Amino acid sequence: MSDLAVTSTASRVPNAEGTSRSRRGRLGRAVKVLAGLTVAATVLVIPLYAERFWLQLAMFAFAAAVAALGLTVLTGQAGQLSLGHSFFVAVGAYGYTLLAADSGRGTVGVALPPVLASVLAVLLAGLAGLLFTPIAARLRGIYLGIATLGLVFGGQHLLFNAGGLSGGSNGRSVPDFAVPGFRFDTAVGETLFVFGVPFQRPEKLWYLGLAVTAAAYLVSRSIIRGRLGRALRAINHRELMAGVIGVPVTRYKGYAFLLSSMYAGLGGVLLAVAYGRIVPDTFGFDLAVAYLLMVVIGGLGSPGGAIVGAAFVTCLPAILERYADSVPGLALPGAEGISPAVAAKLAFGAAVIALLLFEPGGAAAVGGRIRKGVLRRVRRS
Amino acid sequence: MTQFLQLLVGGLSLGAVYALLALGFVVVFRASGVVNFAHPALVLIGAYVTARLALPGSLPFVVALLCGVGAAVLAALAVQRLLVYPMAGKSIIAVSIMTIGVDIVANTEIIRRLGVDALLPMRDPWGNGVVHVAGLTVPQTRLAALTVAVALIAVIFAWFRFSIWGIAMRSVADDPPTAALMGVRRAAVAALAWTLAGVLAAVAGLFLTVFPTPGVAPVTAAAALRAFPAAIIGGLDSTSGAIVGGLIVGVAEVLTQGYADDLFLLGQGFHTVVPYVVMVAVLLVRPAGLFGTRELHRV
Repeated sequence: MSDLAVTSTASRVPNAEGTSRSRRGRLGRAVKVLAGLTVAATVLVIPLYAERFWLQLAMFAFAAAVAALGLTVLTGQAGQLSLGHSFFVAVGAYGYTLLAADSGRGTVGVALPPVLASVLAVLLAGLAGLLFTPIAARLRGIYLGIATLGLVFGGQHLLFNAGGLSGGSNGRSVPDFAVPGFRFDTAVGETLFVFGVPFQRPEKLWYLGLAVTAAAYLVSRSIIRGRLGRALRAINHRELMAGVIGVPVTRYKGYAFLLSSMYAGLGGVLLAVAYGRIVPDTFGFDLAVAYLLMVVIGGLGSPGGAIVGAAFVTCLPAILERYADSVPGLALPGAEGISPAVAAKLAFGAAVIALLLFEPGGAAAVGGRIRKGVLRRVRRS
Repeated sequence: MTQFLQLLVGGLSLGAVYALLALGFVVVFRASGVVNFAHPALVLIGAYVTARLALPGSLPFVVALLCGVGAAVLAALAVQRLLVYPMAGKSIIAVSIMTIGVDIVANTEIIRRLGVDALLPMRDPWGNGVVHVAGLTVPQTRLAALTVAVALIAVIFAWFRFSIWGIAMRSVADDPPTAALMGVRRAAVAALAWTLAGVLAAVAGLFLTVFPTPGVAPVTAAAALRAFPAAIIGGLDSTSGAIVGGLIVGVAEVLTQGYADDLFLLGQGFHTVVPYVVMVAVLLVRPAGLFGTRELHRV
């Protein structure tokens, strides 16, 4: 776990990595390790202090972050726009539910162990991505953006009509996650106490979400730094030149799409567990746009940025709603004024426009600049 | 047979409206290389302003419509001048994502203004009147949509063909650097394209919100979104493709809606998905659309 935090401060801007590493020197590295350990310690003890509200919100943020990590590789690294990310999230969410749930009234279920069900759900999302690669790998970025719109609307249509799978528009409850010997739901009578804090569903899910997000982050970072990432950046930069220097363009675009759909599937599993009950309405065009907002606000192509963007986009509406009384101009739904949801949407739209105009690197670039400033000051003193 | 003909007329009329939208979309893409995801927002802005100003006892409908067109054009020009123009040279993906941001802001604001009902009826002169022609019963609004759209498309194509600005637009679409070297003012051409897109969006917005739909509502944006598959089917850089794509999408949508009882296997509300299904099918065979320029690279 501390490994994640140590590295999470590094390489916010993957394109620029490696150029200044030697110059940073030993002092810079020490500062990095220190900062990393602080972050790691903080995230590990948060459930001991934070309210339920924040823990539950965080689970949604983790789910969003995992899916956003996939999209940042596809859109940020390979330059392939996707407006269909929510479709693969839905495949993951419903795949998990279908495979892990028992058959109920009018719904079908396979009742597999949750771990197996989630692995299979991710593979299922990957398969869905693979089936779309004949289109995804041949189209250039911008065409793909519109073509993937079809996935979202088609997928939602299927969900609304396949009642046995989705429970129709009323939705379907999601079985809780569990690993052999440990349950992540609130078990009556056998509550786990850690340092005197009762560990119930939200606390347990925090660690689950954290672990999955950390693993997803590390994998995506090594992909971006590795051969595939370099090839995708070459394709993004200039497809023809990438082909000339020997990158199999079509195949690698397919890989990127497959990878991003599997990430979306994993994010979908987490999202389903976080919700506890999923309805087809969730997985529409708005959700697909939300993922795009996350990766743009975080900084296209940056895995650390994707996590920051996911946290921001997921949490802002809930936070605005919670503190609606103390924010001037905000009103709860039903009252006169701008509702928190509307305010959050306006903020997202404005943030995307402003960032792309003035700071296309997004939060990652801003963070990188702050980090450089701090390092410079440390070195000087 | 009567039912089929009736649906066909309805489909062609809706298709003509989609064609207007797709045409505006394609014109913008050709002139400034941007996929304008804010196009549905322009539709909403035009329709909203028209419906707001056409309330009984205020402005005559034609004046209200002109104001709606003006509002959509102003919005389009603002997006082009203030947001897209400064981004020249940046990646097309970034600019297109920015227009998504514009779409979110405009959509959210207009839907908020629609209030709790989320519906603003369009007080157009046609209402729900129908016309009987050769045994067919067709709503007046559909005939009006068809007539206006065909007239507009004819005027615009003639203008592309013969006017000096039309030639400038075609030359920019063909080869931007050469056009610039020949003295074509690309900034002016881009502004003109966005203006045209605003006009077309507002007119299409009017016909997307009259009978048989209840009025300006959040679903209007979803309907406008179906112009994207229309443009892709025709080929993103082909104006005549946009017309063909729009007609295909409109006819397919109305036919599946009309024969929904026979197609119950495909599920309820399949007609809203049909445009996307057709698009994916076309893309499988022709990745650049029916009339789009195919890029050939040999490596």
